[in-house]
Amino acid sequence: MIGNVAANFAALDKTFSFRFLWELPAGYDINQTLISYTNQNSHLRAAVVGLLNTGLVAIVGIFLATVLGFSVGIMRLSNNWLVSRIAYVYVEFTRNTPVLLLILLWHGIIINTLPHPRQALSLGGSVFISNRGFYVPAPVIEPAFWWVAFVFCIATIIAAALYRRGRRLQLSTGIRKPYLLYGLGLTIAATILAFYVAGTPVTLDRPTLRGFNYRGGMTLIPEFVALTWALAFYTSGFIAENVRSGINAVDRGQRDAACALGLTENRTMKLVILPQAMRVIVPPLTSSYLDLMKNSSLAIAIGYMDLVATLGGITLTQTGREMETMLLVMAIYLAISLSISWGMNIYNRRQRLVER
Amino acid sequence: MIRRLLPLVVAATCLGGIAQADTLETVRERGHLKCGINTGVVGFAAPDDKGIWRGFDVDLCRAVAATLFGDPDKVKYSNLTGKTRFTALRSGEIDLLSRNTTWTFSRDTDLQLTFAGVNYYDGQGFMVPKNLGVKSAKDLDGASVCIQTGTTTELNLADYFRQNGMTYKAVPIETTSEALTIYLAGRCDVYTTDASGLAATRAATKNPDAHDILPEIISKEPLGPVVRQGDDKWADIVRWTLNALIAAEEFGVTAANVKSMAGSSKNPEVRRLLGAEELQGRAALGLKARWAVDVISGVGNYGEIFERHLGKNTPVGLARGLNAQWKNGGLMYAAPFR
Amino acid sequence: MTGNPPPRTYPPGDHPDLPPPPATSGIVGWLRSNLFSSPFNSVLTLVAIWLIYLFVTGVGGWMVFDSVVSADSRAACQAIDSGACWAVVTTRLDQFVYGFYPPAERWRPNLAFALLLIALVPILFSAVPIRRPLLWFAAAYPFIAAWLIYGGFGLPVVGTGQYGGFMLTLIIGVTGISASLPLGILLALGRQSKLLALRVISTAFIEFSRGVPLITLLFVASTMLNYFLPPGTSFDLLVRVLIMVSLFAAAYLAEAVRGGLQAIPRGQVEAAEALGLSRWTTTRRIILPQALKIAIPGIVNVFVGLYKDTTLVVIIGLLDPLGIARAVLADAKWNGLATETYLFVALFFFLSCFAISRYSLWLERRLATDHQRTSTP
Repeated sequence: MIGNVAANFAALDKTFSFRFLWELPAGYDINQTLISYTNQNSHLRAAVVGLLNTGLVAIVGIFLATVLGFSVGIMRLSNNWLVSRIAYVYVEFTRNTPVLLLILLWHGIIINTLPHPRQALSLGGSVFISNRGFYVPAPVIEPAFWWVAFVFCIATIIAAALYRRGRRLQLSTGIRKPYLLYGLGLTIAATILAFYVAGTPVTLDRPTLRGFNYRGGMTLIPEFVALTWALAFYTSGFIAENVRSGINAVDRGQRDAACALGLTENRTMKLVILPQAMRVIVPPLTSSYLDLMKNSSLAIAIGYMDLVATLGGITLTQTGREMETMLLVMAIYLAISLSISWGMNIYNRRQRLVER
Repeated sequence: MIRRLLPLVVAATCLGGIAQADTLETVRERGHLKCGINTGVVGFAAPDDKGIWRGFDVDLCRAVAATLFGDPDKVKYSNLTGKTRFTALRSGEIDLLSRNTTWTFSRDTDLQLTFAGVNYYDGQGFMVPKNLGVKSAKDLDGASVCIQTGTTTELNLADYFRQNGMTYKAVPIETTSEALTIYLAGRCDVYTTDASGLAATRAATKNPDAHDILPEIISKEPLGPVVRQGDDKWADIVRWTLNALIAAEEFGVTAANVKSMAGSSKNPEVRRLLGAEELQGRAALGLKARWAVDVISGVGNYGEIFERHLGKNTPVGLARGLNAQWKNGGLMYAAPFR
Repeated sequence: MTGNPPPRTYPPGDHPDLPPPPATSGIVGWLRSNLFSSPFNSVLTLVAIWLIYLFVTGVGGWMVFDSVVSADSRAACQAIDSGACWAVVTTRLDQFVYGFYPPAERWRPNLAFALLLIALVPILFSAVPIRRPLLWFAAAYPFIAAWLIYGGFGLPVVGTGQYGGFMLTLIIGVTGISASLPLGILLALGRQSKLLALRVISTAFIEFSRGVPLITLLFVASTMLNYFLPPGTSFDLLVRVLIMVSLFAAAYLAEAVRGGLQAIPRGQVEAAEALGLSRWTTTRRIILPQALKIAIPGIVNVFVGLYKDTTLVVIIGLLDPLGIARAVLADAKWNGLATETYLFVALFFFLSCFAISRYSLWLERRLATDHQRTSTP
């Protein structure tokens, strides 16, 4: 096979080299950049911008999918018939529809049904929703803000100490005192106080309609919203199913025993069922996360500039280096996947049931 | 393991070392031409009601097939996107790429392609909805721009806005049909591509009058058929088929009169073109004496092809402009058949 | 129990069976225990009912009551009613099903589909009268179908460029499933093999395929597979896609099968060895049947995943239902009806995937009977 490649390359007078990555300016623009980027930057920087965009979608998507998935999974086990049926329909719909279709569907809904920027829906005059994006005010941080952050950190450390003290008290005497609440209250109060004392060092840059589009503030482009939401929606079905089976896998006797000890329903869930269920839930949960990360490569279908769309898309066509770009894209995904599953294996080994 | 694999690699290299056969011979032996076209641009390449591909670019494929086989129908089409077109050509999946491809320096040299001429002189323009009230591309500061990725237009756009000190928000899109959908949904303020593509896109909307094509043309886009580099005979076939189409228009040879003109014409160049007199070097390419007659009776001359797919009486409705014959102030200028 | 007036005293053993109190049985009882068992639950129920009401009146009204099923264009739809314009689907139904397959030849995919159903029967259900000959037919089916759809040997050839719609989904799905199953089993066995080279190659292949997104492999198939082939050879794009999809699914399948293999107790192999069975016979007769049975849910999940992933081919320019949907949406007459079009395609996928997962549940339950243990109540 390698021989074939060499022969084909020789026949076409092609070379194998990654120099184009930093030698040529990319020449194209990217509509969402987390680091500064202009079309005069190198292809390498464009690829990094793409990789960061992939990361952003993956992280936000994983967060949303986890929240949705756990809620729906627990709803699915609810003893309220109607709630559990609704959760069932949700799970079956998300799991049995292709993710690409969901991405296109949500993108289609956003760009076709939301209004143009000039008629954007306004929420309280500072958040605007249109088919060009979701505009939210951006925080503008002034130097004094760092004092507030400092106070926040100190308060958090004190709260953590309080919490540990509470736990120690409980372990040694069995008395529960709401130290956690005290800590939280302290942190919030101190931070708010510091915020006003420092003279409200964070102002909001509100988006305003100027020319064609809203400027200022933060913009979530529709492609990002559609992609993240569709991925979270799709993956949450799998997570919900996984949470349900994980909770079901906990022996019924555990619940009975907890009940016999007089634990309340909530506390049984939190202290007895979930810790054991997590051991079953976590491995497939990671593979759901990995799938979400890999599925984010479908961004190219709606024009969200992720790694595949930048390095494996525009850079590929503009430079004509299919072999180099595709190998690099696959190597990056492979590296992420392998390192996550490696981390997972370590976690699993730690969590393994210690049998006595 | 490596030691065990080594002989295999060596064997594969030797087998692989057999040089790629001459395209002209390969195509002749295969009995049909494999031609790469667009995935659907009205007027250039789009399926008709019966699912048969028709258009300006398609007819060039048909003309080359007529040159080789005397039959314009001996073509198999591959629909290619901006991304797949060059690899498809270089890997031998197609013999000829006829898909609105701009002739540029780096494509010609770095990508190892050979452009066999120019069959359409184009330039990049902008289309906006009329109700936006924009009259010039200079008013587009801050606009969202729909743009096809993997094309020269992307680079031109970046250059143009940079040069004029304006900003824009790119909305990247893979195919023309998608561009239309997204532009009409209002995701972007302006759609940019070659002016011919804009006209074709505008023709595909429900109400073409609701959209304006701005006067600025920001680039030169000579579009033409592309072949692999280093296959000169094959490039010659394509280049001279194109020249024959253009020359035929110049001399008034049409699909209707080509058979009679082949016998009756007094013009020595027309006689050489149509095989009434010997054309020196024809045998070197293995062409029949009356090859050009097959081409023109099969697809018509350049002007006929243009009018059939892009001209005033089609939905695309383009004027000849730069693509008129040189005698009429255009750039279409066939090298002589001598 | 009729005619038992008060006073209610009964001799021992004569107590009649009184009906349970009305509040715990019948509809009321069901409602009480399932919907209104606690104040919190009652609130939940009411919220759920409200949500369903919103959904039915809003989305349901749009999808069903106010929708238009036949019209010539979007404008015509809007003139008739305010809801969904399903006319976009009904007028182009042919393309959604067959792509650009020539109408005169459409009996061939139809026949192939009918034969598919026949071929599936012996695979899906074991209690079929003439199962063995049917199984042979099922084994030959892919070749028969390929001949019917592609043509040759007396039938006019229909190029792969003309395939599209749900037909293309089925072609890729069925080919992928039937090619990836044997491949996946071989890979799983290879990963457990004692030969180092075999084990390393299988493991590397599996980990690689599972580590990269399918779309990158499809890009490889569409842009650079030809570089890996001897110069001058080239495959049809659809063939390349089929190869890639099958290999990709095989890697996931191998992992599902490996789970099954690992669940087989070592004693089974030792017992087989003690009986003097060869390693191959042990694998074929003892290990695989048990391992595959355990692996069924995983295998079916991979199949459903593969079936859904067939939609990705739209990104490299094949006209699967999503590709048709996009082409339709670019038509001036139907611009902007993305929601209707995609929902229609979603419905198709939902129905088929849902059917597959229901079947898998049924199969699991049927095969589980011989292993059933009394679980803790």
